[in-house]
Amino acid sequence: MADTALVTPTLSDAPTPGGAGRDADAPTRRRRGRVGQERPNRLVTVLLALASLTVLVPIYVTVTMALKTSAQAVDGNAFSLPAPLDLTNFAAAWRLTDFPRAFAISTLVTAATVIGTVVLASMASYAISRNWDRKLFRYSFFYLLAAMFLPFPVVALSQIKLTGLVGLDNPGGVAVLHIMFQLSFSMLLFTAFLRSLPEELEESARLDGASTWQVFWRLVFPLLAPMSATVGIFAFLASWNDFAMPSLITADPSLQTLPVLQQIFQTQFSNDYNVAFASYLMAMAPAIVVYLVTQRWVMAGVTQGAIK
Amino acid sequence: MSAVDKAVPRRRGRRTDPVFYLFLLPTLAMFTLAITLPAAMGVFFSFTNSIGFGDFDMVGVTNYVAMATDPAILGSYGFTMGFALVTVLAVNVIALLLAIGLTSRISAKNALRAVFVIPMVISGIIIAFVFNFLFSNSVPALGAALGIDSLRDSILANADTAWIGIVIVTAWQAIPSTLLIYIAGLLAIPGEVYEAGALDGASGWKQLKSITLPLVAGYIVINTIIGFKNFLNSYDIIVGLTNGGPGTSTRSIAMTIFSGFTGGDYAYQMANATIFFLIAVAIALVQLRITRGKAAV
Repeated sequence: MADTALVTPTLSDAPTPGGAGRDADAPTRRRRGRVGQERPNRLVTVLLALASLTVLVPIYVTVTMALKTSAQAVDGNAFSLPAPLDLTNFAAAWRLTDFPRAFAISTLVTAATVIGTVVLASMASYAISRNWDRKLFRYSFFYLLAAMFLPFPVVALSQIKLTGLVGLDNPGGVAVLHIMFQLSFSMLLFTAFLRSLPEELEESARLDGASTWQVFWRLVFPLLAPMSATVGIFAFLASWNDFAMPSLITADPSLQTLPVLQQIFQTQFSNDYNVAFASYLMAMAPAIVVYLVTQRWVMAGVTQGAIK
Repeated sequence: MSAVDKAVPRRRGRRTDPVFYLFLLPTLAMFTLAITLPAAMGVFFSFTNSIGFGDFDMVGVTNYVAMATDPAILGSYGFTMGFALVTVLAVNVIALLLAIGLTSRISAKNALRAVFVIPMVISGIIIAFVFNFLFSNSVPALGAALGIDSLRDSILANADTAWIGIVIVTAWQAIPSTLLIYIAGLLAIPGEVYEAGALDGASGWKQLKSITLPLVAGYIVINTIIGFKNFLNSYDIIVGLTNGGPGTSTRSIAMTIFSGFTGGDYAYQMANATIFFLIAVAIALVQLRITRGKAAV
């Protein structure tokens, strides 16, 4: 993970997250344990394992509830194992909430957000970092970064009104707003990384006759890949899990994303907890899977974006 | 690294390639339309009596004056600030303890870290529904089975205790990112510092108090500000747990502002949003001051 180590030292103009952004797994920083204590500390391990139950139990309950029969789901013991297994809950939740449609909408909004964020933020960051001596570019950076401090509730009412006026009170408008709210965090990561790229690479490509456009797409953008991964994953998580924005911006309930759908159907699930949990599980599973596959970028991204 | 050479103006006197404008200006325009314009509109409408559509008049600071004595507004600010303070305290204490544990010599370090980060990737409203079930059904059932009277009723159904449920779920979700920042901070402390401390007889509590805490102080400040700022925006988790109830005991600022969309007091909630904006700006200025100071070190 040398990629992340490149970032911090060059982040001089933007506010630094107090030295955060160091690579959590860099081997040189590894030895941090108490001095003279070579063997793993059993007590600390056990305490942490117990603490991890606070994370695992709610997830365990979600999975087991989703697999219980209706009779077992209401027996008051949330911690029992499902007996017998009932896989029909997923089918019931699938039909009741019209899962495929919401899943498709969530996927489209999230994909648009991820692609839009990576493309727009990397292009803008490149323009800014290569023209830092120009006022327009330098001020644009601080202007775009200022959004990091702007809470969604402040602009929500006007955004509802405006998106309605221009026909964007739908998942398309949600994706646009998701991209705009991801810009500042993403540009912070991109510009820091771009400053650390050796200028000579680009100069030699130019000498070979490449235009700025070609230099960016053929040389710089591929080099940005590790940053794009981090930016993309955070855009994914923010968009896939968001509730407030789609619930307020999208006017048509049948065009809602998965998290909003859970709220819409909350009353219809009523006491069919097993069906409700099957629905929750189907909505949260993709994010957990993506996290398990991309852990190291998720963990690196938090520390690099600590300023957020 | 090469930050110094980079600072030398390299393009002075050279024309900026028009492609760079193409890279920047569309984003700048979209951002202005999607973020800046709505923010400006909000401030403007806060001085009107608009109900969201149709004609309206300028009414000066009437909305702001009314806010100052409105129990609904004051209640939401009181609840949100109090909740944010308690949560930020709980999150930081727990996350720092976990981070110290996760950076010491333990078995299954990577697996444990991976587990503790999971809550960060789950949708707030969905996990709130899961906890809603636990608080309303499982905990009372457990309380009845164990004969603990205080657990027999759902904490969410009681106006005096509902906020505790919101703190628990918010903390559950916020601990991972705070934890990761603390882990980075702890790993940045050179091992030699501890070795030197050990020679002087510092271990256990003394080591924590005299070495670890002072060296992660900057991270504590950053985590506190980031956390407080995020918790002031709380919405999803509250919708999933109490929807602002019982009564209006857990209505957050965000919830009150959003009600302006359906509640008919559009301009009034714009004024509320403007005040909320000023609070966000104040926090941002504090944060910038502190992080700037740190960057100079």
